[in-house]
Formats: sequence, structure tokens, C-alpha cells
Amino acid sequence: MSGKTEASKTIRQLIFVVVGMFGFGFAMVPLYDVLCDVTGFNGKTAGKYTAKEVQDVREDRLVTIQFLASNNANMPWEFRPKVRTMKVHPGKLNTVEFYARNITGETMVAQAVPSVTPFHAAEFLHKTECFCFEQQQLEAREDLDMPLRFIIDSQIPEAVKTVTLSYTLYDVTEQFGLATN
Amino acid sequence: MSAVIEEHHHDGHHHGPDKGIMRWVFTTNHKDIGTLYLWFSFLMFLTGGVLALGIRAELFQPGLQIIQPEIFNQLTTMHGLIMVFGAVMPAFVGLANWLIPMMIGAPDMALPRMNNYSFWILPFAFGMLLSTFFMEGGAPNYGWTFYAPLSTDYAPPSVTFFIFAVHMMGISSIMGSINVVVTILNMRAPGMTLMKMPLFVWTWFITAYLLIAVMPVLAGVVTMMLMDIHFGPAFFNAGGGGDPVLFQHVFWFFGHPEVYIMILPAFGVVSAIIPTFARKRLFGYDSMVYATASIAFLSFIVWAHHMFTVGIPLAGELYFMYATMLIAVPTGVKVFNWVATMWQGAMTFETPMLFAIAFVILFTIGGLSGLMLAIVPADFQYHDTYFVVAHFHYVLVPGSVFSIMAAVYYWIPKWTGNMYDETLGKTHFWLSFIGVNVTFFPQHFIGLAGMPRRIPDYALQFADWNMVSSCGAFLFGFSQLLFLFIVIKCIRGGKKATDQVWEGAHGLEWTIPSPAPYHTFTTPPTSMKEAHG
Repeated sequence: MSGKTEASKTIRQLIFVVVGMFGFGFAMVPLYDVLCDVTGFNGKTAGKYTAKEVQDVREDRLVTIQFLASNNANMPWEFRPKVRTMKVHPGKLNTVEFYARNITGETMVAQAVPSVTPFHAAEFLHKTECFCFEQQQLEAREDLDMPLRFIIDSQIPEAVKTVTLSYTLYDVTEQFGLATN
Repeated sequence: MSAVIEEHHHDGHHHGPDKGIMRWVFTTNHKDIGTLYLWFSFLMFLTGGVLALGIRAELFQPGLQIIQPEIFNQLTTMHGLIMVFGAVMPAFVGLANWLIPMMIGAPDMALPRMNNYSFWILPFAFGMLLSTFFMEGGAPNYGWTFYAPLSTDYAPPSVTFFIFAVHMMGISSIMGSINVVVTILNMRAPGMTLMKMPLFVWTWFITAYLLIAVMPVLAGVVTMMLMDIHFGPAFFNAGGGGDPVLFQHVFWFFGHPEVYIMILPAFGVVSAIIPTFARKRLFGYDSMVYATASIAFLSFIVWAHHMFTVGIPLAGELYFMYATMLIAVPTGVKVFNWVATMWQGAMTFETPMLFAIAFVILFTIGGLSGLMLAIVPADFQYHDTYFVVAHFHYVLVPGSVFSIMAAVYYWIPKWTGNMYDETLGKTHFWLSFIGVNVTFFPQHFIGLAGMPRRIPDYALQFADWNMVSSCGAFLFGFSQLLFLFIVIKCIRGGKKATDQVWEGAHGLEWTIPSPAPYHTFTTPPTSMKEAHG
């Protein structure tokens, strides 16, 4: 036996590891977000895009973009893209609209969450305006055309011919509450 | 159990244990605590086993017979949780408590009072977990992996009790592991260098580090769930800006090392038993140590192979596939070493050896199906089918559980002073061996044919093999009552064991009397030539 002090030193070190790993568990949350933002893993798209420079429009290329809209679990709203698919030139600004209607008798708040397939296309899809950047509040039976303005980056790899942009609509009324006027 | 140790302590000059129930409540003796852990884990093994038989009874035929889907989900979830956290892990901690001090020539664990706490937290944790069966909404029903949002947005209200139960188990495991590490680092007898330690001590030393590293991550992930459920920071809720896939990453960062936590001590047990009954030194001791350490390291960098189908980039899938396959190398080294130890040995086949050999063969089968699952394109086919169920039951039941049974048969003469009944022991082995294979081998077939896991009803073409599997499960389950009988019979009497017990046994624990006196090595042993086989 090497005495009590030796043992208590080991214990202190081990407790330090325990606390550190508990912290590491939580540190994985921002680490994961950063990793996804940087790489577009998981099909996560970045936030509002501001062009650093005007892109050349690639008139010679056409990329098909498909739009999907689905409701999460018990979300009752009607939610669909007004255009299901379109062909766009990389570098060019495009506008589409999604339609949402609150079919219930109560005011509700919704949040749309985007996802892009294939994942490595996510970083080449720039959104200058998107209804997913903020929550949408609709009164009973109110409907709304929600705009989405996007650019497919002219640098998008040649192999990508089709990009699917999917939105899932979540009911966040309880979580965040109604906006006060 | 108490009678056993009490009978013999008068021989020595040391004071014996207290009388009555309070002896067990307040005990700080590593042998008492080891006994408590082992009995507790056996109780949980039977509890989880009853749940499993409920599952297999429902799956005996297609259609819904006895159990409704809501209850079925609770059974699969609780079966997994209880077997992992209540049966396998505490059994290994029990073995660690009994054996590590005796193997390294220490008088007790380094932190005896904490040792008492870490055991006595467990009955409360599992009492709380089991009480959820009687709560409104029922017990946890989201699978033992409790993926969010199943375990947050869609969970029954009892999820909060589940979370606190997991916290308590985690605290218990962390305290137990700190105790193991401090004991091994500070209390080895003079001359017992690290590379002279028996492999069981080595594997537990590494396991303890794994536990210390990942149990806090588990605590973190359930804490995030708790917050999501009650306070709404939306860690795992996409609508609030979180991500359910994040849950899987954090969970499996804990979960993959966890599966090695349940197998590394088994490697240690088998590495002790095979040399004894082959009457040869363990082949490649050093490589065993390095292989164990490599497996432990690799366990931290392969977690996403559980999530191939959630959608990760090609580069990620390739990396996790190759990294996972790399684990087969150190594992192969171990299997090779065990076989080489038996090669040209003077082998006899007492019950512990039978379990150990079955371990080597059947664990290897489980390992190979693991390799198949590691292949990304194949995994898309196998994912969430019964093939996965067959795979992890092969590594856990004839893997971990057989090694625990082998350990009990191997060391019980040292613990009780009596030999167990060899005929009954062999009967138990053969019943278990047949039961396990009849239960789990057909699950490979129905899995490859496409039967999903976690379902109470299934398509007709899976009916035959499910019936076979259920028959095997009942055979295996009821055979364990024979195990209970053998252990009790051995405690109550039997042929007296010698100090060395087994002709070929080497190690410090075989130099002390049988049964092991209440206090051993109060003065450190001087000769290390018996350190390991």
C-alpha cells in the first residue's frame, strides 16, 4: 500500500474525469451543431444567406429541385409546396411558395424544419428568405402563402443532378406560446 | 449465505462478521459486498428472464395471444434495461469485489464505505424502475436505447422515474469503478507489478476506466431528456431547434463502450479458467493486455455503426465501417490466445471449463455476426431485424452470462469451502447450452428473412422458427432454477474444497484457505511466483 495520500490523489483525478465527461456530454450539443453547420451533415441547411459576391449563372447546367412538405406527428395543418418540382440554373435566384392552412378552430404556432438530400448538397443550397427562419402563427382557419427564395450555388458538384428539399412542420404552440400583439 | 462465512471465521484470529440482517446493511467487507452484488444480480437475472419469457410466449405463434402491444413494448424495454444494468453489470461488480482484493493480495477494497453505498443504491434504483409497471401509462416502452423523441415527447409519465433510476445506477457504477481503480493502483501487494496482475484484474481495471468515462455521458443524456420533458430547452426536439439524431450520437457514445463494459471482464474470467483446466500457462499474456486496451480505445470511436441508417455521409459510413471491423483484430488475438492455451494442454472438462469453451465458440459466432452488421450496405438490410437481436444475444448470453456462470462454478468452492455438485453442474451447462442455441440461432434466420425486432405480431412465414426459438427460451429460462438449486446446495454443504481447489489453478486467491476467511491478506503476501498462471 502506498498510503492514503496516493489514494486520495487517484480519487481526485478520477472525479475530475467524471465531471469532465459529464460536461463533455453537454458539450456534444454545440459541437454537433457546429459540425452540422460547417459540413451540412444531416442535411441541415445554414441560416439566412447573404451573398459575398454575385455568382455567375450557370446557363449550361440545370439542377432539378424537388420540394416535400410533411407534418410532424399530430400537427393538423394543411401544408404543401405550391410547386412540387422545378429545374433551376445554379447561381440564379429562385422563388417558390409553400401553402399552409390552420384547419383547427384555434390559433397555433408552427415551426418548419428543413432537410436536404443528398446531404453534401446542403452546403450548396443558399436560402436568402425562408419561412423556416421564423415561427409561423396562424389564427383559426387562416391560411398563408409562405415564400422561399433560394440560390443553388454555381459550385455545386457536377454529380448532383437532383436536390430534394424537405420541410417538416412542428406544432410549437405549447412550447413557445402565442406571440403577443 | 451468511452461515457459510460464519461457520469458519472462528478459525482465524480476526473478528468475524456481525450477526443478523444488519451485517449485510452496514457491511464494508469486500466479500460480503461481492456476495450481495451477486445475489442481487441473480434476482434481476430472473426478473429480466421472466419478462423475456413473456415476450417469447407472445411470439410463440403469430397473432396477438396473451400480451397487448402496449405491454409488449414495456416488456422488451424493461427486459433490456434490467438485464444490462441489473443483471450483467452488477454480477461483474460482484466478481470484482470478491476477487480483485484476493488476486492482488490486498486486505479489502480501497474505499470500503463507498463500496457499501454503491451496492445499496442499486435495490432502490431498480425498485423505482420496476415500480413504473404499476404507474399510469405503464413502464418505459421506448426500447432500452430510449431514443428521443419516443422517450421524451411520446413517453409515458413514468419516464421521469426511469431517468432518476438511471442516474442512481450511474452513480453506483461510477463509485464502484473509482473503487476498483484506486484499489488496483494503490493496494497491490509488494512485487505485484501491473504486468503480473491476473487478467481478470487487468480487464476490470480497463472496464472501470470505461465506466468512469461513459457513465457520466449517460447521466448527461438522461439529464437532457429530463430538461426536454419538463423545461423545454428542446435538445432533441427538431421543432424547437434541436435534433433527435443528436440523441443517438450522445447515447451511442455511451452505448458502445457500454457493450465492452459487459464483455471485457468476461474475457478476464475466461482467461483465468482456460489455463487452469488446460494445465498450461495462458498463451500470450502481454498480447491479451494490449488487446484489451485496444478494444477499450476502439470502443470510443465506432459508435455511429449503430446509426448507419439514420443518414450519415458516405465518408462517415466508410470510416465507421472500417473502424468497427478493426475491432475484430484485437478480439481475434484473444480468441487465438485462448485456443493456443488449450492446444496440446492436458484438458479436463469440469463445469467452469465447459462454460468457458462454450463462451469462446459462441462469443465468436456473435462476434462474426457483428462483423456482418458492420458492413454498411448489408446493415441497411439487417438493421432493426431479428438478426441484430440474434447478434447481441449471442455476445451477451453465451458471452457475458456464460462467463459469469463459469466464474461462479470456478470460484464458488473458494467462496463457500464446498465443491458444487459436478453432475448437476454439467447438466445445467448442457441444458443452458442447448437452450441458448435453440433460442437464438433461429433468430438469425428470421432476421435475414426480414422479421423486424420489437414487434408483438409477425407475418406467417416467420412462425416456425419463432416457435422453435420460444421453446429454447423456456428451456434456457427454467434451467436457471437448476443453477439456483446448485448454488444453494453448494452453500449448504458438499465435498470440502482444498485450498487450491483445482489442480491447475494458479494465483493468490488459491493460496488462502477455502472458504476464504472473512479477512484475507491483512499482511501482504510475500511470494509473487503464484501471481498468475
